[in-house]
Amino acid sequence: MAMTLKRKNPVDLIFSSITALASVTVILFIIGIIYVLISESSLSIEKFGIVKFLFSTEWNPVKEDFGALTNIYGTVLTTVLSLLFAIPVAIGIAIFVTEIAPNFLKGPIGVAIELLAAIPSIIYGMWGLFTLSPIMSNYIEPLLKKATANIPLVSILFQGTPMGIDILTASVILSIMIIPFTASISRDSFNLTPAVVKESAYAIGATQWEVVKNVILPYSKLGVFGGVVLSLGRALGETMAVAFVLGNNHRISTSLLDAAATITVTLANEFAEADNDVYLSSLFYLALVLFVMSFITLAIAKFFLLKAERKYSR
Amino acid sequence: MTSVQRRKIEGTIALTLSTLAAFMGLFWLVFILGDVLVHGMKSLNLSLFISDPAPPGAAGGGLRNAFVGQLLITICATLVGVPMGVLGGTFLAEYARGRKIARMISILADIMVSVPSIVIGTFIYAVLVKPLGHFNGWAGSIALSIIMIPVVLRTTEDMLSLVPWTLREAAFALGAPYYKVITQVVYRGAATGILTGILLSIARVAGETAPLLFTSFNNSFFSLNMNQPISSLTVTIFQYAMGPYDSWHEQAWAAAFVITIFILIITMLGRLMIRWRYR
Repeated sequence: MAMTLKRKNPVDLIFSSITALASVTVILFIIGIIYVLISESSLSIEKFGIVKFLFSTEWNPVKEDFGALTNIYGTVLTTVLSLLFAIPVAIGIAIFVTEIAPNFLKGPIGVAIELLAAIPSIIYGMWGLFTLSPIMSNYIEPLLKKATANIPLVSILFQGTPMGIDILTASVILSIMIIPFTASISRDSFNLTPAVVKESAYAIGATQWEVVKNVILPYSKLGVFGGVVLSLGRALGETMAVAFVLGNNHRISTSLLDAAATITVTLANEFAEADNDVYLSSLFYLALVLFVMSFITLAIAKFFLLKAERKYSR
Repeated sequence: MTSVQRRKIEGTIALTLSTLAAFMGLFWLVFILGDVLVHGMKSLNLSLFISDPAPPGAAGGGLRNAFVGQLLITICATLVGVPMGVLGGTFLAEYARGRKIARMISILADIMVSVPSIVIGTFIYAVLVKPLGHFNGWAGSIALSIIMIPVVLRTTEDMLSLVPWTLREAAFALGAPYYKVITQVVYRGAATGILTGILLSIARVAGETAPLLFTSFNNSFFSLNMNQPISSLTVTIFQYAMGPYDSWHEQAWAAAFVITIFILIITMLGRLMIRWRYR
């Protein structure tokens, strides 16, 4: 009934068209971004191709020879490291907030986590440069270097002089940034476990940890996994938190104490200064690679989160 | 050791570790916020707000240009982003409710929320900076509004969906056309939620730096002209913190302090409003 009335009213037709137009902009932006990035990078795509660009370690503005591998390496390495640091802490926080914390603590810690998520990334970056980086280079990195000096293979990770401007510091800052994000999604997934299932486990004598391990975690694994992948997508594209402490060094190094470059850091540092067409076009190409990487990651995350949602709502 | 003892010990260890993790999260918050507060308070003074930057390296001066520029860019972004987001969300939750297109746009908007903001910066550079031949404030605002739209759109959609369908049916029964039902009944029911979404989206874009780096760029002089490069707090923080002068570092801390406090207050306000409305 409402539908037929709606059709008859001209104002309604106009209003519905305007709202439709506003929501379609989201699709237009995505198509627009892909189209513009491809057309702006066409010069570089023609010159270097796809495979050669992705696997070349060259980044030489003077010779106008560009490849993305050093940037992709830095992006993937910092992201993976930061997730390794962040996931255990984030899941620990989620377990604490949903299961362990007394009620008077649940609220404040929840708020604290949300505030941590609201702090802009540039504050993390600046704090990293002025506060964390000296701590890393004076205390933590020499300690790690000493501790691993006699362990073959591991010691390769900590070669070189600890400067504090390196992959390790950048990864630590990135992990602090994504902890609240991962934690709040994990918490929401944990909260969806039906109380009846948990109580049944307690009734047959399970300890609190066994309930977490054998009931809550298996029950919410889809949601938690989706949350982790979402954090991965976020970390891939994070710029300012790492721009201060990564050093923008286009080299592939096995040591975590070396400066490196991510796609985002290269863009932030070089985009406004690119002085010739191939250079600028290659930077657009990098942006395109980043967009595709993060879009696919985020789409996978969304897929798992939707699957989790459907499972719980049944 | 009996198996019960072993299980209890295992449980205690695991739960202690989770508690430690939670306090580690708190520790970082206190550490970062404390650091910004201490350094920021030290460098905060009146001339920061009322005078323009001194020549590089010279003491004194302020960041009046950056405060005003940031305000201009954010306000313009809000003026574009909020109406688009609210209207778009209205389409998804009302006219297209339950249709495939609504579901698709909703999922794409969720993805857009997390798309790297620096990529949006490069997109706007190609569309609004390169053709004009110079950096300009409008480009910065539009870049921020593109980040804003999906955020506002998704919260609006969620909040409108929370309004009971029977409420709309009651209004339909009185003979009201759908647009009147939406503007006079549904929006009122969801007003607090939508406002919260708007506040959180402002908090989100106010701290964005990456999309401004090569759109609005920076300007060391006071300017209200959105057709020209315009200064913003976040880009100034980046430039000053990476720069060689101590006076720059101090001002960067002060600017970081102001922007952090602003964002935290808005975020808290949003949370409080939603708690107050939907408790």
